[in-house]
Amino acid sequence: MIHAIATLLVFQLAGEVAGRALALPVPGPVLGLALLFAALALLPRMAGMLAPTAGVLLAHLSLLFVPAGVGVVGHLDRLGAEAGPVVLALALSTALAIAVGAGVFVAVARLTGGGRDA
Amino acid sequence: MRDFAEIWSYLAGTPLIWLTATLVAYALGDAAARLAGRAAAVNPVLIAVALLAALLWVSDTPYPVYFEGAQFVHFLLGPATVALAIPLHAALPELRRAALPVLAALFAGSLTAIASALGIALALGVGSETLIALAPKSTTAPVAIGIAETLGGSPTLTAVLVIATGLFGAVMATPLLNALRIRDWRARGLAVGVAAHGLGTARAFQVHPQAGSFAGLGMGLNAVLTALLAPLALGLIR
Repeated sequence: MIHAIATLLVFQLAGEVAGRALALPVPGPVLGLALLFAALALLPRMAGMLAPTAGVLLAHLSLLFVPAGVGVVGHLDRLGAEAGPVVLALALSTALAIAVGAGVFVAVARLTGGGRDA
Repeated sequence: MRDFAEIWSYLAGTPLIWLTATLVAYALGDAAARLAGRAAAVNPVLIAVALLAALLWVSDTPYPVYFEGAQFVHFLLGPATVALAIPLHAALPELRRAALPVLAALFAGSLTAIASALGIALALGVGSETLIALAPKSTTAPVAIGIAETLGGSPTLTAVLVIATGLFGAVMATPLLNALRIRDWRARGLAVGVAAHGLGTARAFQVHPQAGSFAGLGMGLNAVLTALLAPLALGLIR
């Protein structure tokens, strides 16, 4: 577990350094994800070492959003008179984006003969 | 025996109490979700946030004091994002086979999220400061905040809109996709990851491992794409 946590932190750190050094608009952890993904392609054996810890972290991914979510509650009044329109825009556009994204995926998969994958 | 106020004033100065409260509130939310058979409307994050917000309000605790304790949980978002590489790597053969549908759905979903949010808000008379915060709302919080700040928007307001979007997506994805009769876990996962970032991805992992992998992919790719599309879209309407 210590090796796995250290590996994840090393890749996050590498992502932060690369992002800042190259002034990329993508945050460090997302770059760290890309770097680790590339490293796993080169060294597939690393995946077995990381899998149990990654599994625990990802099984409780939604817990990690709780502190930020609590912060949001205190700032809801910032929206003021715009709250109604903004909530409507968020809800509708999120529903539309999910529907369009999933619909396009299914349509293109059918067109390219990918079909459903078991 | 010391009086309670004394013990409280000691505890209030340590991270212990709010870290404990965060985990207990989430455990309660998770138990409620399990009792409800993982129904989408009973979202563990939403329950935990509501419980903690009420607790902070009742105990008159300012958010920075709460965050002293909760930051240990918040910090893990970074390593957890990196850890998404492991399910993605495991799903590599399926991802490769689905490269075209993934890219098509990514562009369609990302563009729809930005354009429809701006279109609806603009039609309802929302001001330009809020529009800047609204444009990147479907991407992961640090990217969205970065985009909004570059364009002169408020980082706090952006964070509020990003988290709200994630909660909306996590709650509505399952009933919406069922109603549309889309049963392909790859399509469902990718669309939710693109539209509702990490909160959507967390929900997808709870529903199906393949949906989770594709959601993680959608979130990661949309972090890059939104950084390119949101400034363009805002440029068009200003």
